[in-house]
Amino acid sequence: MNSPHSRTTAASSQSAASRAIPITLAALLGVFVIGGVGFSQIGPMHNATHDVRHAAAFPCH
Amino acid sequence: MSLFRTILFVAALAGIGTGVVVAAIHLFTTVPLIVQAESFEGSAPEEAAPHEHAPGTAAHEHSHDGEEWAPADGIERNGLTVLFTVLTGFGFALLLVAASELTGGLTGWRQGLLWGLAGFAAFTLAPGLGLPPELPAMPAADVAARQMWWIGTAAATAAGLALVVFGRSPLFAVLGITLILAPQLIGAPQPDSYETPIPEALHHSFVVASVTVSFVFWVLLGGLAGWLRPRFASHA
Repeated sequence: MNSPHSRTTAASSQSAASRAIPITLAALLGVFVIGGVGFSQIGPMHNATHDVRHAAAFPCH
Repeated sequence: MSLFRTILFVAALAGIGTGVVVAAIHLFTTVPLIVQAESFEGSAPEEAAPHEHAPGTAAHEHSHDGEEWAPADGIERNGLTVLFTVLTGFGFALLLVAASELTGGLTGWRQGLLWGLAGFAAFTLAPGLGLPPELPAMPAADVAARQMWWIGTAAATAAGLALVVFGRSPLFAVLGITLILAPQLIGAPQPDSYETPIPEALHHSFVVASVTVSFVFWVLLGGLAGWLRPRFASHA
C-alpha cells in the first residue's frame, strides 16, 4: 500500500482530478459565452448580435 | 496562478486581440455585404414574381420590426459587432485553451496555430458544408433545427479530430473519421425552396469573405493563445 509506486500513482491521479475541475469550468464558461453570442433567440440579443452571427456563419434567423 | 485563472487570462487576452483585429476586418468585408443584402428584404420573391409557395416556406422573416429593440445603424450597430466579435473570440478561446489543457497545455505559438486550424475545421468548415454562411433575405430551414445540427456537427468534428490525433490505436482513428463524416451524411436541415432575391454573385462573395475571415480568426486565436500560455504558466 505504501510502496513508492502506489503513492506516485495516487498523486498523479489526484493532480489529474484537480485539473479536471478548472478545465471543465472554463469550458462551460466558453459554452455559455458562445451560446449567448451565437445562439440566444431572445429578440434584443438577436438584434444586437445580428451582424456577427451572419458574418461568423452562426444560424441566425 | 491557479489553472482556472491561467485559462481565463490566456483566453481573455487572445479573445480581445483576435476580436478587435477580426471585427475591423468584418466591418470592411462581410458587414457591407450584409447591409447590401438587407436592401433586398423588402422585395421578397412573391413580390418580384408571383408564384406558389409550398406550405411552410413563408417569406423570410426578419425581426427588425421596430417592436423589439435593435441597434441604430452606424456607431451603435458597428460597436456591438466589435463587442460581440471580442466575446466570440473569448468564448472560443476558452474552449480551445481548456481542451488543450487536457493534453498538458499549449507550449508555443506554432502548437497553438495547429489547435486554431482544428478549431477552423470544427467550427467553420464542417458546419459550413451543410449550412454555408447566409445573408439576410435568404431562405433557411427552422432556426432551432439548424442550431442543433450546427452544434452537433461542431462537437462531432472536434471529437473526431481529437480521436484521430490523440487516439492510441488505429481503431480510434477509424472511429474519429466516422464521427467527422456522420453529420455530413445525416445532412443539415434545408429550406423547402431556395428562391431568394439575393443575387448569386453577392452570396458567393459573402461565403468567400466569411470563411476567409473565420480562417484569420482561428489562426490568430490559436497562435495568440499558444504564445501566451507558457508566459502565464511560468508564474504558476
